[in-house]
Amino acid sequence: MKAPSTIFYALLGLGSLAGLALGLASAGTHGLLFALFTILVVGGSLMCVFEPSVVRSAFCLVGTFGGTAGLFLLLGADFLAMSQLLIYVGGILALLLFGVMLTPPDLSERRLPRVLGGLAAVGVIVAFFVGKVAGVARWVQTPQLKAPVSRTEEIGVGFLAANEYMIAFELAAVVLTVALVAAVYIARRRKEDLTENEDRPSEPFAAQVSQVSQAHAESH
Amino acid sequence: MALSAYIAVSAVLFALGIVCIVTRRNIIYVLMGIEMILNAANINFVAFARFNGDGLDGQMMAIFVIILAAAEAAVALAIVLNVFHLFETVKPSEVDLMRD
Repeated sequence: MKAPSTIFYALLGLGSLAGLALGLASAGTHGLLFALFTILVVGGSLMCVFEPSVVRSAFCLVGTFGGTAGLFLLLGADFLAMSQLLIYVGGILALLLFGVMLTPPDLSERRLPRVLGGLAAVGVIVAFFVGKVAGVARWVQTPQLKAPVSRTEEIGVGFLAANEYMIAFELAAVVLTVALVAAVYIARRRKEDLTENEDRPSEPFAAQVSQVSQAHAESH
Repeated sequence: MALSAYIAVSAVLFALGIVCIVTRRNIIYVLMGIEMILNAANINFVAFARFNGDGLDGQMMAIFVIILAAAEAAVALAIVLNVFHLFETVKPSEVDLMRD
């Protein structure tokens, strides 16, 4: 299993260098930054798909999320970029790593032919639809972009002004509260489970159910 | 960079998210793929808003998507922990209690 990963990382490195050179040649510093963030996004998610280990995949997602934050910066959405870094890299990724640590590792789960086949199939489908859209869309040239509206004050005013996003803001607060309390409630170990586990250790729920259903079938 | 460049990045990220969901046999990878797809959608929202020049709407949409992604990740991980506790597996294809 050593050779495929070597080839993969060599191709990834070569592609990154070519992309950086292309970006620098086509649009100067801005193009270089765009190429850098694009490589972070695409390379991070490619590595996440290819890595056999779940922990490594989760850390590869740092590149994806950080690169997305960089693209937001280039698009003039500073507040959004910082929120992306805080919430995704700081929050969601930490949650995913907790999930990784609380579940068993399975290094034999990744099948390289299946990953490559899925990559080819999804690539063909997405390329088909992109071709369709590119044939229909009429690109309007915007030679002079306006200054971006992303100052934190404006976003805060948008959140709190009654005729803009205030209701959505309050609803998001309610949804977050309900979802997090519900997550804690679902995830906690219940007391009856713990006492039951002391009596009968290491018997999974599915086995219990199959025993019950077998007994039920025998009684008929 | 032009709008089409951002849309191309977003399309690639979306495709990789789908591949991650479809080809890996672990619930954690399904969650990772969903996060990638949400990120692709966010890039599209912000890019269209920037090149349309129409105020804050796209960024606000992206912020709400991020908020809901955080809530989704928390609830989904709670469900994953419960599934592992009940079935002792994290493979989506082996959670088949309701199949007769």
